[in-house]
Amino acid sequence: MPGYDKLIFELSSPGRIGYSLPAADVPASDPKELLPSKHLRATPPELPEVSEFDVVRHYSRLSQMNYGVDTHFYPLGSCTMKYNPKINEDMARLGGFARLHPLAPEACAQGALQLMWELGQDLAEIAGMDAVSLQPAAGAQGELAGVLMIRAYHLARGERRTKVLVPDSAHGTNPASTAIAGYRVVQLKSDSEGGADLMDLERSLDEEVAALMITVPNTLGLFEPRILEISEMCHAKGTQVYMDGANLNAILGITRPGDLGFDVCHFNLHKTFTTPHGGGGPGAGPVGVKAHLEPFLPTPVVTKTDDAYALDWKRPQSIGKLQAFWGNFGMLVRAYTYIRTMGPDGLRAVADNAILNANYLMKRLEPYYDLPHPGPCMHECVFSARRQKKLGVSAMDVAKRLLDLGFYAPSTYFPLIVEEALMIEPTETESKETLDAFCDAMIQIAREAESNPQVIHDAPQTTPVRRLDQTLAARQPDLRWRPRRA
Amino acid sequence: MGNYPADLKYTKEHEWARMEGNRARVGITAYAQEQLGDVVFVELPKVGTKVSQMQPFGVVESVKAVSDLFAPLSGEVVEVNAELVKKPELVNQDPYGKGWMLVIQVSSPQEANALLTAQQYEEFLAKGGH
Repeated sequence: MPGYDKLIFELSSPGRIGYSLPAADVPASDPKELLPSKHLRATPPELPEVSEFDVVRHYSRLSQMNYGVDTHFYPLGSCTMKYNPKINEDMARLGGFARLHPLAPEACAQGALQLMWELGQDLAEIAGMDAVSLQPAAGAQGELAGVLMIRAYHLARGERRTKVLVPDSAHGTNPASTAIAGYRVVQLKSDSEGGADLMDLERSLDEEVAALMITVPNTLGLFEPRILEISEMCHAKGTQVYMDGANLNAILGITRPGDLGFDVCHFNLHKTFTTPHGGGGPGAGPVGVKAHLEPFLPTPVVTKTDDAYALDWKRPQSIGKLQAFWGNFGMLVRAYTYIRTMGPDGLRAVADNAILNANYLMKRLEPYYDLPHPGPCMHECVFSARRQKKLGVSAMDVAKRLLDLGFYAPSTYFPLIVEEALMIEPTETESKETLDAFCDAMIQIAREAESNPQVIHDAPQTTPVRRLDQTLAARQPDLRWRPRRA
Repeated sequence: MGNYPADLKYTKEHEWARMEGNRARVGITAYAQEQLGDVVFVELPKVGTKVSQMQPFGVVESVKAVSDLFAPLSGEVVEVNAELVKKPELVNQDPYGKGWMLVIQVSSPQEANALLTAQQYEEFLAKGGH
């Protein structure tokens, strides 16, 4: 990978400019006469002085250092880093979508509204829900919307519940969204098999519990076989059941959250439905609900009357608006395109192949890394580097060495209930050849831990920067570039 | 086994308490700091805050994870280790000494009976308790 570590500011040369403007065709005015003095700065901003060519070359070189799913395998557990089909990009760039003003009158935006209405219908069908809001901008905002709807539902029934149960294997966003919605988070233990501890659930469930948030399959990549029992236990106490949809990829077309007793679930379009993920985002986290929660959906809701589509704002019980305009519309176009190109059988094949790939990888690596919760797994598997740790090689070391061998690292140290966790999600879009190359690298590292741990401790050596001091970065964060004063 | 002083009481959430008359000094165990890795931030309550046994009183953040801190005993916080704001690494370097977090004026001394002895805590760890 080519090393390049310049900031655009460091390319600056006094007087160099990258533009030439025509002469003004209006009289020049003094800014002091146009703006109040408190809004005027005393010295000009220290912007870099560079040519157009400098800018093009600088950003092209940075882009060559990029590592993404379009260039490499990205086995980041619980993140579903799958291929983003390019037809999605074509559709999102159609002028009627890309150039449509978000405040265009409804009569001029019928196509966009139809797409949103149909996408909502498709997602509802996929998840076994009755209604969907496309507004949330990411999974965590979908969670917040879901919890706020649950809160509004209880309040409408005259119940003030105060707690939400979250398993200790949960994504960190679950307790965060819950706390922001004003609830106290109560952690539920996992049992030795990695599922929910039903005894602990029984003890924790009371009339104060507004909801249980649970991920299916869970973050160990395991399906919760007692999920129907769990949702029945909750409903018996009037507790709502929320599914974190981060791992929906594993159950597409096999089962549906709605059929498992869930009242609410969110979708990560940037995971399951192939919209760009990470820096390539933005994300989109629609939230689906059963009929009893429909009155509380965020406004506006897209409606269909005969063949006309409209935005419905008159929803007195709504939790209100969550996001600018109508959510991240460009992502909705991409997800819609994906669902329509795949079809029902195609989506089912996604889950089948995601599970097959994860189990193949798990079986190949099982002799070399400890597997605290034996498979078969769903779409991802969680190894522990505790065997390597005894040789002085931690999960973090394994991750750093993988970078040298040409792979992105798996999620490390998550879920928190697995010591030295290495969480690997291959997704359905990787070929057997890629999976084999990754497994070969992991096996090589396991052998190096025994024979030559130094090469692991020295890793990474081929990346633009070597090991960063994460501890110092967290203790003394330096987050902003500042000009050097002469 | 590890370093678990016999004069301390322990929780299953890996806090320790040292009784000093009616007061208890509180921190996290050697096992906890080792599992967390480098501690980068400790969030503690203000002096005067009431804490309840086995309810969260603060947060410890390491390069790996963010974890709640649980009060071994109920009472009122009468002292907080302000040094940890600038030097969170003390939790790693000296978990039972300079890495202490709080002193609690204990309201229900009999609660100490529910805490583990050093031997019980070591047995709990040996069974893979976390």
